[in-house]
Amino acid sequence: MNIHEYQGKALLKAHGVPVLEGVHCTSVEDALNAYDTLGSKVVAVKSQIHAGGRGKGTLYNPENREHVMDGGVKIAFSKDEVQTYATNILGNILVTIQTGDEGKVVNNLYVEAGCDIAHEYYLALLVDRENKAVLIMASTEGGMDIEHVAENTPEKIHKISVDPNAGLLGYQKRDLGLDLGLQGTALKSFMKSLTSMYNMFVNNDCAMVEINPLVKTGDDQIIALDAKISFDENAEFRHKTWEDLRDLSEEEDVEIRAKETGLSYVKLDGNIGCLVNGAGLAMATMDVIKLYGGEPANFLDVGGGANEEQVKTAFSIILEDPNVKGILVNIFGGIMRCDIIARGVIAATEALSLDVPLVVRLAGTNVDEGKAILAASELNIHPADDLAEGAQRIVELIGGVA
Amino acid sequence: MAIWIEEDAKVLVQGITGKQGMFHADKMVEYGTNIVGGCTPGKGGQTVDLQGKPYPVWNSMFEAIEATDANATVIYVPPPFAAEAIMEAADAFDTVKGEGVVVCITEGIPTLDMVKAVAYVDNRPGVRLIGPNCPGIITPGESGGAKIGIMPGHIHAKGRIGIVSKSGTLTYEAVAQTMSIDEGQSTCVGIGGDPVNGTGFIECLAAFQADPQTAAIVMIGEIGGNAEQEAAAWAAENVTKPIVGFVAGATAPPGKRMGHAGAIISGGKGTAEEKFEAFEAAGIACAKDPSELGAVLLESLKAAGLR
Repeated sequence: MNIHEYQGKALLKAHGVPVLEGVHCTSVEDALNAYDTLGSKVVAVKSQIHAGGRGKGTLYNPENREHVMDGGVKIAFSKDEVQTYATNILGNILVTIQTGDEGKVVNNLYVEAGCDIAHEYYLALLVDRENKAVLIMASTEGGMDIEHVAENTPEKIHKISVDPNAGLLGYQKRDLGLDLGLQGTALKSFMKSLTSMYNMFVNNDCAMVEINPLVKTGDDQIIALDAKISFDENAEFRHKTWEDLRDLSEEEDVEIRAKETGLSYVKLDGNIGCLVNGAGLAMATMDVIKLYGGEPANFLDVGGGANEEQVKTAFSIILEDPNVKGILVNIFGGIMRCDIIARGVIAATEALSLDVPLVVRLAGTNVDEGKAILAASELNIHPADDLAEGAQRIVELIGGVA
Repeated sequence: MAIWIEEDAKVLVQGITGKQGMFHADKMVEYGTNIVGGCTPGKGGQTVDLQGKPYPVWNSMFEAIEATDANATVIYVPPPFAAEAIMEAADAFDTVKGEGVVVCITEGIPTLDMVKAVAYVDNRPGVRLIGPNCPGIITPGESGGAKIGIMPGHIHAKGRIGIVSKSGTLTYEAVAQTMSIDEGQSTCVGIGGDPVNGTGFIECLAAFQADPQTAAIVMIGEIGGNAEQEAAAWAAENVTKPIVGFVAGATAPPGKRMGHAGAIISGGKGTAEEKFEAFEAAGIACAKDPSELGAVLLESLKAAGLR
């Protein structure tokens, strides 16, 4: 789960990481008031969306897709400029390298006081699968695309791994600071901020914290100028406040509904809907559809113990996508019995008056009963014995290779 | 022989009085697993009925292991308490016996809980953790065997193919593929699809290489991370038995989590293409479609003079 920069900064601040004064705004009027409140001559006017590359993004009018302004993050030197930028940003679509061509509507703005920057650094905390520990990464190349830095000048990325038994140790913080070339007051300020950030990461079950840039000011203070924070959704049960931080407008409505029913759904661009049990098998099903020349319309895992109702919901979610021209159901029954799935499929096709071709591949527990139930129905359901046959069949039925 | 779990291994069930725990404990007994009881704090002294027979429940894993001399435990505890259950089991096995296998089925455990739990288990070298978020481990026997987890027992048969996989249902698919060419399994291990887990691919490959019953290995990976690439590089140096591989997620878009917490391509890393390349570079025979795993395995067995 991602949160906005302004929410991330409030969290950083609460944990003692220095950030600049800023105000969250949802209207141009708010932004103008914020300028007065901050009392800073120079302010940053920042689009708030759940995607990176905002500064280099482009704003478009949502109605006619006309170009409005370059840059989703602007430095304003007067109240008039704040008005212009806020007007150009709010309600318009911001397209960045991470949003895809459709972009995202900007509903939130952050107006932040300016500061005197001496140097920009990169800092990130994440869970490292290889070491099975929290990893802290830092670089002197702040403000840059870090993947670019990692590829071209990997020696400029410094890493420390936190031993879960010992926690973040003093020498590690010091060494990382020295690697960044920090000394004296700046080094002390960095080490203090790092402790606070690590505590925030652990206390809030973060999945990733990325500060790009982390800056050193003219008077050697370390400040988080940006904050990209995401949480580990598995830990939601112990963080009641996340509900307030969640911006549902940033998430796909249909993916939220799927999740509420215990389904895992991701929309894709193709035209063959898939309904599968198990994440690995669901991915493999998409792969095999593609292998036989089709394009999957979605990833959909109904989980290990789906009932008739969930199968029905899964079908209705797949069919909401107007691109879907056919559906492939692939179930390897373990705990889930094929006869139950077969009944669910029939109930769903009848209830939703399905009018696209449907291929059903069943295997595993009670497979013969399941197949018999499908065969006995009057519905236009095409059976398949294995995944390859199922994929080939559905590709043929929707009129061949895409 | 098999790996880690013998056919007659004595198995405890943590969370045995819960709905999931009881359901699966019953299925395990039905398969022939030597279940010796379970653990639910606060319900010690009670019994649960599995396949018409009573099984004892203990309050703690220490008591349960002392009373039964169990070899393994399987965890069906809800996510908020699962990491603690892993650590309790690891501590108890280590203290009482110096060894034991902990299988965690639970899906949805917070990643930082697993960071802590894995470090805890790693400090107890005699204890092995399998999972979490996995189907478990099964060593099929002549009749019955040791099924420790949620996999459908009836699709398996004793044999000489070792299977290791990140994914549940895709493991079943691999099992069915071995059966389609008249081969059974030595042991099948589901290592789970979470970013931080216990036993990894390399440990499984090493154990299968050392196991006289295992003649060939099927390895199923998925997108995210680089465990598959590391395992492939390791296998190239250390495994002489034929390996057949598949990686799920070739069509998954970057940045979208595909059901499993670990199945996400981030920063262009962990793609299926990258993993297939690593497999091929290591001499692992790849199937581009899981329905071809049987055929590819048969070819590999023939090439090795095993068929």
